[in-house]
Amino acid sequence: MLHDRDRIFTNLYGQHAWRLEGARARGDWDGTGALIAKGRDWIVEEVKQSGLRGRGGAGFPTGLKWSFMPKASPDGRPSYLVVNADESEPGTCKDRDILRHDPHKLIEGCLLAGVGMGAHAGYIYIRGEFHAEYKNLQAAIDEAYEAGLLGRNACGSGFDFDLYVSRGAGAYICGEETALIESLEGKKGMPRLKPPFPAAVGLYGCPTTVNNVESIAVVPTILRRGHAWFAGLGRPKNAGTKVFCISGHVNKPCNVEEELGIPLKELIERYAGGVRGGWDNLLAVIPGGSSVPLLPKSICDTVLMDFDSLREVRSGLGTAAVIVMDKSTDVIAAIARLSRFYKVESCGQCTPCREGTGWMWRVMERMVQGRAEPEEIDVLEQVTRQVEGHTICALGDAAAWPIQGLIRHFRPLMEERIAAYKAGRARPMPLAAE
Amino acid sequence: MPKLTVDGIEVEVPPGATVLQACEMAGKEIPRFCYHERLSIAGNCRMCLVELEKAPKPIASCAYPVADNMVVHTDTPTVRAARRGVMEFLLINHPLDCPICDQGGECDLQDQAMGYGFDHSRYAENKRAVKDKELGPLIKTSMNRCIHCTRCVRFATEVAGVPELGATGRGEQMEIGTYVEHALTSELSGNMIDLCPVGALTSKPYAFVARPWELVRTDGIDATDAVGSNIRIDSRGPQVLRILPRLNEAVNEEWISDKARFSVDGLTRRRLDRPWMREGGKLRPASWAEAFAAIAARASGLGGDRIAALAGDMADLESMVALRDLMAALGSGNIDCRQDGARIDASRRDFYLFNSTIAGIERADAALLIGTNPRREAAVLNSRLRKRWLAGRFPIGVIGEAADLTYGYEHLGDGPAALTALLDGSAAFLETLKAAKHPMVIVGQGALARPDGAAVLAAAWTVAREIGALSEEWHGFNMLHTAAARVGALDIGFLPHGDGRGRDGILAGCEQGDVDLVWLLGADEIPMERLGRAFVVYQGHHGDAGAKRADVILPGAAYVEKDGTWLNTEGRLQQGFRAVFPPGEAKEDWAIIRAASAVLGATLSYNDLAGVRARAAALGAGRLDAPVGGGCADLGGPSGDPRALATDAFASPVRDFYRTDPIGRASPTMAACAATVAAPEAVAAE
Repeated sequence: MLHDRDRIFTNLYGQHAWRLEGARARGDWDGTGALIAKGRDWIVEEVKQSGLRGRGGAGFPTGLKWSFMPKASPDGRPSYLVVNADESEPGTCKDRDILRHDPHKLIEGCLLAGVGMGAHAGYIYIRGEFHAEYKNLQAAIDEAYEAGLLGRNACGSGFDFDLYVSRGAGAYICGEETALIESLEGKKGMPRLKPPFPAAVGLYGCPTTVNNVESIAVVPTILRRGHAWFAGLGRPKNAGTKVFCISGHVNKPCNVEEELGIPLKELIERYAGGVRGGWDNLLAVIPGGSSVPLLPKSICDTVLMDFDSLREVRSGLGTAAVIVMDKSTDVIAAIARLSRFYKVESCGQCTPCREGTGWMWRVMERMVQGRAEPEEIDVLEQVTRQVEGHTICALGDAAAWPIQGLIRHFRPLMEERIAAYKAGRARPMPLAAE
Repeated sequence: MPKLTVDGIEVEVPPGATVLQACEMAGKEIPRFCYHERLSIAGNCRMCLVELEKAPKPIASCAYPVADNMVVHTDTPTVRAARRGVMEFLLINHPLDCPICDQGGECDLQDQAMGYGFDHSRYAENKRAVKDKELGPLIKTSMNRCIHCTRCVRFATEVAGVPELGATGRGEQMEIGTYVEHALTSELSGNMIDLCPVGALTSKPYAFVARPWELVRTDGIDATDAVGSNIRIDSRGPQVLRILPRLNEAVNEEWISDKARFSVDGLTRRRLDRPWMREGGKLRPASWAEAFAAIAARASGLGGDRIAALAGDMADLESMVALRDLMAALGSGNIDCRQDGARIDASRRDFYLFNSTIAGIERADAALLIGTNPRREAAVLNSRLRKRWLAGRFPIGVIGEAADLTYGYEHLGDGPAALTALLDGSAAFLETLKAAKHPMVIVGQGALARPDGAAVLAAAWTVAREIGALSEEWHGFNMLHTAAARVGALDIGFLPHGDGRGRDGILAGCEQGDVDLVWLLGADEIPMERLGRAFVVYQGHHGDAGAKRADVILPGAAYVEKDGTWLNTEGRLQQGFRAVFPPGEAKEDWAIIRAASAVLGATLSYNDLAGVRARAAALGAGRLDAPVGGGCADLGGPSGDPRALATDAFASPVRDFYRTDPIGRASPTMAACAATVAAPEAVAAE
């Protein structure tokens, strides 16, 4: 269990003041100038050593990502930092609390990350629906400018850094890093082809690194307390703390910062007041936001919450948004609802996702009623395989995985539903997913 | 040069190439829909997936840059499954209306479904329905068939330079369209039909007309402008049904203008299919013998100086050779091919050619346009200018009307005053031109077809010389013609001989009664009212202005109906072949003149096409056989005083892009286009 002294987000629940004064009282902006003075290479090395992996879902090592940024610019192109605050993954609400209760952690992180990658300008792309959060963030940035923490000679370090906030317009796909860049440039949010990767050709054709809010916000604390402290938390290769978002059929849904590698059961029981009706009433858990395959109770009993443990059980940590479903849930309908989400949010650029998400959703809708043939479960499974890995961005994968998880763990239920429909029996009507 | 292995075959490819190009070099066919060599890479159809060793998933080969020591597999179970999957996805929302689809038989989707698809469908849900879009009189849409490859969007944005198409909506609801519905304003829009891999965009005039396997293909040369686009003429029986571009990197790449493509329906309308002669003020049908006899009767006893001939803009080289010889045999030096009255100095060939060549535009690094609107006068050439402009560092100055040319330019002025400013060094743009290594000066007919044309020509040459555009290595002086016949006519000397009259002299002579007989070889664009009381022989293929005025009409062949030679504005000699026979009693033009010569008692020496061509080669020796392009050996300029400039503004000779020639004027499609351009808001208001 994470000790209070090891918590990074000490105002996650907003009991304290979020403005500069309050943030300073919690230790933010403490000696930032001195950290900058230690230099670019030190910062990147420190982040690398800490074992920090991207908190946006893919879990790519953050320090390594920063090291891809060019050291010099022979052609005069500037480098940019872009912060992905377009938090739209169903079940996920961690960045939102950071933005509204602890914006200075993010802003300080932006400055330090900017030093680390040689970027003198940063853009925070914030989800359009986050209006209050945008207000707080902008106010915090204004404060920081006024206090000389941003802008020319930020924190007295001699490093110039400007930070801008740009508001999205409500498209899930704009959380994909290259679609985000397109949107930031004022174009339609459609993912770009990779390669070239943003570190070579990103925002306005310049080297760019896109990081999640949480990844950036933990950086100042890591630099202050040292990489060893952060790497000492969690498990090897899955170091540090993470904000988990627990929602669904629990007694006390909440966001909580914990060490990576905490058992799922402990996480739910300790912080979320347990599953509604007790642990044995658990049906399944989606452990990392809507994009990852769900886990049935048998796996939930023992699984640890980190990147590699969840990968071993063919799911993923994703954004660490734990969606708990108890036995009142129609799990087929729940996944069908996710399929509809992906169908609506597909940008329509590339074929498998554009056509496949609609197909999958339509079949899923029939599966909910049982109005299908048993063989169609196989066809559905194959369709998800045809989408997965064949698209420009990961939205295709994200649309395929929940269905694959459903078929993997709940195939008997689907077959039963089909048989019931054929037999003319009315469908049992658990509607918790609606 | 990176080396990589494709299916065990080692290939070396230029750096920056894509995996798809490497696979093609290795002789492997990669199916694709969205990828097109001349458009930016979209990578969205996902049909070209191949397996790359050490990559976790299949890669889109069209968008993946090659690297040394890659190992690519194009025919593995993974790749086949990926292609089948993509093919299935493309087909689930594609209507099965191949039997009534005009793309049938030449459809990429059909072909690739056969080659790479499943043998049956597993999709049992409802198909998507998409409202068809109205894109004007040329393009018919059937948006249910669209596979969202965005080739049309990219073509409009990149090549045509009219960013009017785009995708609205997301996911399944994504639709290609103009958002606010309106007709496309591009002169190249027809090429989208060729680019569309499915039947979503098809030719509106050609709808339900024919299947590709019914057509006979003939190679031809477009004669509707002076670019000399290479075309494929598709005909069935006696009728040309459509015209498509042929690939020629040096001229038109693979584009043609809408006029070249869609004016074919003018070929069957208002045709002259038999000789006519005027009796009692009215035209009556006649036989060839009667018509020739009438000409001979009028010509007998006339001195050569009372006879004249004008060649039109679409005439082939052979017929002009024959007419020139006939006039010479009749003792007349009154011949001219410049029916617009352009002051062209034909003493040297590079005074009237597009010397930098069309492909050479891509080598240029600055351009000055004088009295020309290439977008209307040579739409395909204009796309080459745009292509160069898009590549960057290509400043363009324009003297003339400030029209939308699809690229950015600096407007230096409306008329000769701006030219004078360049000559005396007071224009700032002069420094830009001087700084360029390969500057181009492009003079249009609008700057020459005016009383001070010779001065403009001399001034343009002087500017070219002053800015260093003329060197052994680079010839930056360019004349942009609008008439397909013009360069050939100038090469064989279809110009006044001795003290013969030019175009203005002929018209004045007719008005004053000094010229009694005028032979118009397809010349419809002269002021007919100035022909006075002269006896007019009109030889041509359409009942246009010339035929209306004519005393004798000799029905000729249109450019697709004869084996003919045309030289484009670069001086590139190209031959087109006969796709169909001329209608009725109409004949090939050189043969008509040959036959008339016998009746007129001035029998020409040749009896077959080879003979005419040998004569042409003799007349144009040193010109017709000269290589295209090359440097400037002699800096001495054309005659004319560069200071004798007038003050009125330059105007492009092409006001109505779609109807510059008799065929276009007879074409209902071109008329519909012109009406759309004239009143686009009628459509846009919807």
